Amino acid sequence: MTDVAGSVEHPESRLPTTSHPAHNRLLQGALVALRAGPALILLILVVVVSLTTPVFFTSRNIGNVFSQTAVIAVLALGQLLVIVSRGIDLSVGATVALSGVVGATVYTHVHSTALVVLAILGTGLAVGLANGLVYVLGRVPHPFIVTLASLSIVRGLALWVASGTLIPGMPGPIDTLGGSTIGWLPYSFFVVVGLSLVALFGTTYLVWGRWLYAVGGNPDAARRIGIPVGRVLVTVYALSGLAAGVGGLLTAGLIDAGSPTSGDLAELDSIAAVIIGGAAFAGGRGNVGNALVGAFTIGVIRNALNLHNVNAFYQLMAIGAILLLAVEADVLRGYVESRVRLARAMRHG
Amino acid sequence: MTPVLAVRDATKRFGAVVGLDGVAIEVFSGEVLALLGDNGAGKSTLIKCLSGALQLDRGVVEMDGRPVAIHSPADAHRLGIETVYQDLALFDNLRPSDNFYAGREKATPRWLPPSLRVLRRHEMADTARRTLDRLQVTLDDHGAVGLLSGGQRQAVAVARAAAFASRVVILDEPTAALGVRESRRVLDLILRLREEQRAVIVVSHAMDHVMEVADRAVVMRRGRKVGEVVPSAETYHEMVALIVGGGA
Repeated sequence: MTDVAGSVEHPESRLPTTSHPAHNRLLQGALVALRAGPALILLILVVVVSLTTPVFFTSRNIGNVFSQTAVIAVLALGQLLVIVSRGIDLSVGATVALSGVVGATVYTHVHSTALVVLAILGTGLAVGLANGLVYVLGRVPHPFIVTLASLSIVRGLALWVASGTLIPGMPGPIDTLGGSTIGWLPYSFFVVVGLSLVALFGTTYLVWGRWLYAVGGNPDAARRIGIPVGRVLVTVYALSGLAAGVGGLLTAGLIDAGSPTSGDLAELDSIAAVIIGGAAFAGGRGNVGNALVGAFTIGVIRNALNLHNVNAFYQLMAIGAILLLAVEADVLRGYVESRVRLARAMRHG
Repeated sequence: MTPVLAVRDATKRFGAVVGLDGVAIEVFSGEVLALLGDNGAGKSTLIKCLSGALQLDRGVVEMDGRPVAIHSPADAHRLGIETVYQDLALFDNLRPSDNFYAGREKATPRWLPPSLRVLRRHEMADTARRTLDRLQVTLDDHGAVGLLSGGQRQAVAVARAAAFASRVVILDEPTAALGVRESRRVLDLILRLREEQRAVIVVSHAMDHVMEVADRAVVMRRGRKVGEVVPSAETYHEMVALIVGGGA
């Protein structure tokens, strides 16, 4: 904040270390390291797992990792937009289930792949749009409650539509998309790549993307400066819902059915992925790379522990621990940034 | 000479509270006008009305002698009036050039709805950098604004206003949060705006800064204009007396 960083008289600024050039380089270096941290952790993780587990780096297993991570990655891309906008979307896991169940129900009536795909994606989009509209038009102070409510409603709807059980059957092309591979690469991998490119383009090259970061960085200023904050937020939740629909499509294809219990706790995976990847939970900062790195960090940890036949609760603990690490890294980053500001105020006001 | 901006009979009420009571000011191009007054004197109300954040209940605003209507911030922007509020309204997560164009991005193609247009990132970065260079604002880096010192952030906010304010730049307490050296940079920046023939309105409590950069000072008290002074060491006591009110 200006009042701290800007004041030469501030007691902290008398610390002799801040004006030392070597110290400044150290601060800059620390920032670069913190920014690259999550990717480095993933890289180290991959190297360590490859060295300790020979099966890991086989094409078949890598294909497995991609396949198992695809849904988390897709949800994380949507969650990233939400988190950058200072929000949170707890409903994406339930939306995976509802969209799959709706798709499967449509399929029992009409054998049209296009209609089933439309139903699945449309359900996701509709849930997201509803989240966004209720949040913005209902003037709800924080999206946590809105999406918590829709988590409950949507999961309930999924169970109701499916009468509590699996609705078997999905059109062949959807099964292929969700469960088959080209060589050793699963189709879902290409879905992730495609969506990532779209998200990358939208967030970095479109005016909409700039508005998204502005809204996340300083919503009041964004409003005053004339950015349509409400519309940006509605699109953010709609897109997160649509991503959940894509997650539902891949899940339904993988299990060749609509399952009302699928996507359970997937919302927490997607949030964890975005934060582990290095986006700021407070909003305004984070990119597509962060979401992907986080998703694959979770995927690699799960896969490695599976290969070692480690019990599933250790997986939970490992992911929790790495989540804490990521949050601490963000705190550290905030501290280093404040030191950089101070050093700059010292140097030349 | 016609003033760039003239306000006459400006009146604004908030329920029973009188914010502005028949205030008249004018400011010329290449001039720095200071608005002085104690808290609640009506300075903020006046500049909010000029920047479109509030609307006058009564009164006339003229630019170059022609009456204009300022009903919204967009109206003010269109007329070439830019305001830098105390909180700066910067986006700490964005770079200086992104901050310059936030909410008015240069983007193509025009036939698409604004949000779906593709940013002209290089063009915006170049223009922003040229403006900063012209105003001699040096930044440590062109990364996120949140990493800049308080003075540099203030400079970015003022430069942003200057980039779009073809006529009038309004600064609300530009040095209030700054140390001595950082204030110096901002004052220099204000003088450069004057050289560029902008009309500058500065709200400030810092009398030494007012004496240094302002050509004229309008003193307000309880929503009225109570005096007009050419700030200098000789008129210092006169200004203070006007601000606190006779005999008080």
